[in-house]
Amino acid sequence: MLEVKGVNSFYGKAHVLNDMNFEVAAGTVVALLGRNGAGKTTTMKSIMQMVRPRSGSIIYKGHDITTWPSHKVARNGLGYVPEERRIFTQLTVLENLEVGRQPPRDGCTTWTDEMVFDLFPNLAERRNNRGKALSGGEQQMLTIARTLMGNPAFILLDEPSEGIAPVIVEQMARVILQLKSEGLTVLLSEQNLHFAQAVADGVVIIEHGTQKFVGTLSDLQAQPDIRDQYLSV
Amino acid sequence: MGLFIAQILTGLANAGALFMVASGLSLIFGVTRVVNFAHGSFYMLGAYVGYSLMQVLPGMVGFWGAILLAGIIVGLIGVIVEICVLRPVYSAPELFQLVATFGVILVIQDLALMIWGPQDLLGPRAPGLKGVIRIMGEPVPQYDIALIVITPFVAFALWYLITKTRIGTLVRAATQDREMVSALGVNQAWLFTGVFFLGCALAGLGGALQLPKGGADLLMDFTILGSVFVVVVIGGMGSLPGAYLAAVIISVLNVFGVTYAPQSTLVLMFLVMVVVLMFRPFGLLGKEEVAGEHGQVGEPERPIKPAGNRIRLLVAAGLLILGLLPLYSGNFAVVLVTDILIFCLFAASLHFMLGQGGLVSFGHAAFFGGGAYAAALFVTYADTPMELALVLAPICAGLAAIVIGWVCLRSTGVYFAMLTLAFGQLLWSLAFQWGDVTGGDDGLVNIWPSDWASDNSVYYYIAFFLCTGGILLLRQAAHAPFGYAMRAARDSARQAEAMGINTKRIQLVAFTFAGIMAGLAGGLFVFSKGSIFPNELETARSFDALIVVFLGGVKTLSGGWVGAAFFEGIKDYLTRFEYWRFALGLSIIVVVILGPEGIVGSLRKAGERFGLLKVPEDAK
Repeated sequence: MLEVKGVNSFYGKAHVLNDMNFEVAAGTVVALLGRNGAGKTTTMKSIMQMVRPRSGSIIYKGHDITTWPSHKVARNGLGYVPEERRIFTQLTVLENLEVGRQPPRDGCTTWTDEMVFDLFPNLAERRNNRGKALSGGEQQMLTIARTLMGNPAFILLDEPSEGIAPVIVEQMARVILQLKSEGLTVLLSEQNLHFAQAVADGVVIIEHGTQKFVGTLSDLQAQPDIRDQYLSV
Repeated sequence: MGLFIAQILTGLANAGALFMVASGLSLIFGVTRVVNFAHGSFYMLGAYVGYSLMQVLPGMVGFWGAILLAGIIVGLIGVIVEICVLRPVYSAPELFQLVATFGVILVIQDLALMIWGPQDLLGPRAPGLKGVIRIMGEPVPQYDIALIVITPFVAFALWYLITKTRIGTLVRAATQDREMVSALGVNQAWLFTGVFFLGCALAGLGGALQLPKGGADLLMDFTILGSVFVVVVIGGMGSLPGAYLAAVIISVLNVFGVTYAPQSTLVLMFLVMVVVLMFRPFGLLGKEEVAGEHGQVGEPERPIKPAGNRIRLLVAAGLLILGLLPLYSGNFAVVLVTDILIFCLFAASLHFMLGQGGLVSFGHAAFFGGGAYAAALFVTYADTPMELALVLAPICAGLAAIVIGWVCLRSTGVYFAMLTLAFGQLLWSLAFQWGDVTGGDDGLVNIWPSDWASDNSVYYYIAFFLCTGGILLLRQAAHAPFGYAMRAARDSARQAEAMGINTKRIQLVAFTFAGIMAGLAGGLFVFSKGSIFPNELETARSFDALIVVFLGGVKTLSGGWVGAAFFEGIKDYLTRFEYWRFALGLSIIVVVILGPEGIVGSLRKAGERFGLLKVPEDAK
């Protein structure tokens, strides 16, 4: 469904991603693992064309999307959930969902406000609150809910478990599995191996912008030395 | 009591157009982060277009239809400007966008001159609303009442659009995080264009609505710009209720000012603004602007290095040619080059704080004109000799800079720029309205050099030494540790603070130093001309300096004086053409889009390409 082929990305003169190559098959969950600053977010932004790769290409459903503007990428069913909980703090929960809303897409669930509230009951009670009044966990839920409103076929989840309470982390894991069961493809980035183990089928490990391992979760579990070398467990 | 109420009503009526223009500006800034200087021009276009439409559309329906159509047409002109001029420069630093919109002002000014001619147009009165009604015996024009009623409706419609519709939700979301809105599938480019249409249409509407009260003339664009900035800043950037509140405050204040203190109407407005910003730095209803921590967009600026031997040789040769000028050329050239030198020092002083300190000031003419007026006042009232006046001019300008800088530097970015503009306007209004002391519009005359310096060649040498000395001193400061601290405060104020640099103090010193140098240029100016008029304090004068700094090259060390020399050199030739503003505006826009490095930057690039200059290691 998504192929990342020989992607190199830069911030100014700093070479941040070095020849990334991996695939995400339809209906699977792939975890992008690595420490802080390894290049996980840049990989996601390169896929979304929020950072333009200087070389290489991103193939999504057979289209080379490398030169597309971000909004066109999003309109073709790639939903991005940013890491810094970039919700619109001045807007209410309902208005945040409105910004994410897109027309229905063939073969994808058409989400409504009520459906995302079923998925995240906490948000339902706070639908008329402004974004800035939400807790960290609720904000994280809202970023996911907002992206779902675009009826994506594929979502990019940037560190969904970062900085939120353990109870909510568990809820996140359940949500991801539920989305997968509904046919969504997921690429998520994580520092937390335990969380990844709970949801992922495939794993990509990156360090210093270079990928060090690509395989299934069971491949990784069979090689504890790699796990210990690149991930803080 | 009747008079009191009548005046409040007049103020409320005047607030209408002001609110519409200000809310448009505020809206555009909120989403695109562009301070649209050309907004006053769209207001002016609204008046002209409305005037022409009213000539052909008859009756009451025609009148109101013309106003509505004028708004739409001006909105569409705004769309053209957005697509052709602003789209290419959205990712450029703020200053580039400002300069681009300034180019638009010049183009529109000459277009209006071409189409509607130089004479002021008297606006037609509204059919059916030509009379007055008496309120407690005082006459109030019916049209005023109509405006008082219409404005809240426009404000309400706007409020509804922004808070209750999907478009409005997207606009508000984009105001906060454009990149994220785009990642959610919204085409930013069209959102920007839409907002620009709305903002410009509001300005056009405002211009057409005030026709029966004020007519149309070619000065409207700048006249309203000052008040609009004041309104937006007092109300708070991006706040619609704030814009309405501030428009009412300013308009009512103006009406009372005209009655009770006609000498101080202009000053009053800016004083209110300063007071508000002292207590609420982001306006009455505004929110804190979160300045980006990303620094400047585009290629990183090169470190500043001392000039190489070749450049030094070139400069020495240039100085020699200038130094011997009176020996081989006529009086005309000597006077012209004196003017050029003075303008170079003025521009270099602005360039110093703008390029090195990142302090974009819209009111630098305050110190140029301030220095000039200080010298002229000392000569007129205290018979001060030229030598002493030339010392007092920079000192007075420096003192003014300390006070103005202290207030302005409490804000940053756009608010800083607007505050400097307001202070510039404040000084201009003082000179303009305090006729007893400053001579008002007639200025101060008979300010001539001492006898020994009265010969043009002798005065040329005075200007030559002081100006080149001043420019070299500014350059020296950029190379000194002080210059390092300025650049640190410019590029990352927080990190500079964390390293123990008192950024605010550094900026205040830089601001003051730039003020002193501008004051020196002003002092030299007044003795070379023998007179001084308020237009040397005008915002247009500040913009002259901004434009030459920009054309010369912001990110270079010598851009200021090079741009000034080039511009002042060709100005005499250029202004002989009837539509020179059009040509200048267009060239500014082209430079912004195609050659943002300016003259010096482009020369440097060319020099490096042809192997005349070495490319520094870190720029390869």
